[in-house]
Amino acid sequence: MPHIALPEGLPGISAGFAFRPETAKPMRELAHILLHEPNSLTPGERELIAAHVSSRNHCQFCYLSHAAVASAHLGDATVVEKVRADFLSAPVSPKMKALLAIAGKVQQDGKLVTAADVAAARKEGATDAEIHDTVLIAAAFSMYNRYVDGLGTWQPDNPAMYAPMGEQLAKAGYLRPTIQAPVPQAK
Amino acid sequence: MPHIPLAPDLPGIRGAMAFRPETAKPMNEIVEILLHGPHSLTAGERELIATYVSSRNCTEYCHNIHGAIAAAHLGGNEALVKQVKVDFTRAEISPKLKALLTIAGKVQKDGKLVTTADVEAARKEGATDLEIHDTVLIAAAFCMYNRYVDGLATALPDDPAFYRERGKRVARDGYVTVSKEYLAAHAAAVAR
Repeated sequence: MPHIALPEGLPGISAGFAFRPETAKPMRELAHILLHEPNSLTPGERELIAAHVSSRNHCQFCYLSHAAVASAHLGDATVVEKVRADFLSAPVSPKMKALLAIAGKVQQDGKLVTAADVAAARKEGATDAEIHDTVLIAAAFSMYNRYVDGLGTWQPDNPAMYAPMGEQLAKAGYLRPTIQAPVPQAK
Repeated sequence: MPHIPLAPDLPGIRGAMAFRPETAKPMNEIVEILLHGPHSLTAGERELIATYVSSRNCTEYCHNIHGAIAAAHLGGNEALVKQVKVDFTRAEISPKLKALLTIAGKVQKDGKLVTTADVEAARKEGATDLEIHDTVLIAAAFCMYNRYVDGLATALPDDPAFYRERGKRVARDGYVTVSKEYLAAHAAAVAR
């Protein structure tokens, strides 16, 4: 049950965005640049970072949404689940493992990132820009997760609901709402 | 020592923003709307929420600079800002702001910790839906800015005068205006 009178039938962050479109606009833009615009990290890799942080923050809506987007980009729904279960043994590159380790530390507290963590990422080929964006994606998802949870938004738990949204976000990015009309809430 | 090469003359979040101006733009727009634009909560009240969350996250740069901006909005009352960081329940602020700071403190740890009772307590003191929404979002957003500043190990000035002067500037002109100046100056210096 949301803590404030959010528009009904809009899941997760879309309810907060509909309530406060002024802040929604730059929040969407930030996600679009970080996750969708051209980058030396693929969109699938960046969505894995977002999903990893959301999973660590136990934010159901954010995890399921970004898992769906990651899966759409990767063409494989199993990778994100394996990252969630244990990223060190997941089928991702050594560079991604090093970046996911950094993201996991930022999720807890940015001060936990050590020079050794960064050196390990560089050793696997991570650039300054990739390290910067990994830190910022993890930081940004620490915001989005708290926003979605802190307002008590409706967070559907049926993964199948998220697949169409994942496809649409993977294709078009984050600048426009993907959910405009209320979604029937299964009881 | 920052984890990536950042401009040495731009400490804290500024060096990071100069590294990546594309993401700096929406980040400055978010904080401009939440902390500086017109609102039923005063700018001083909103900066106190940001300062409190940054203090709980132990992000020195952020709680120093936002504390200075808060003080600038509050007639230079640095003692009040310090009291809010140490124990806001005993600060000379309104009951409504205390209830909102309670919510912000919970969001800082985990948004799921905000209870119906917390929200009811804020409403009882006159908080509106918008004020509750923005309190949650300020707290959430500062969990981002704090992690960004700390996660890159940005430079931390230790001179209170540095923060005091910057605080007055930002309180007067806001985040977007000030950021455009230092980002443009940095870009020009790099081009030379």
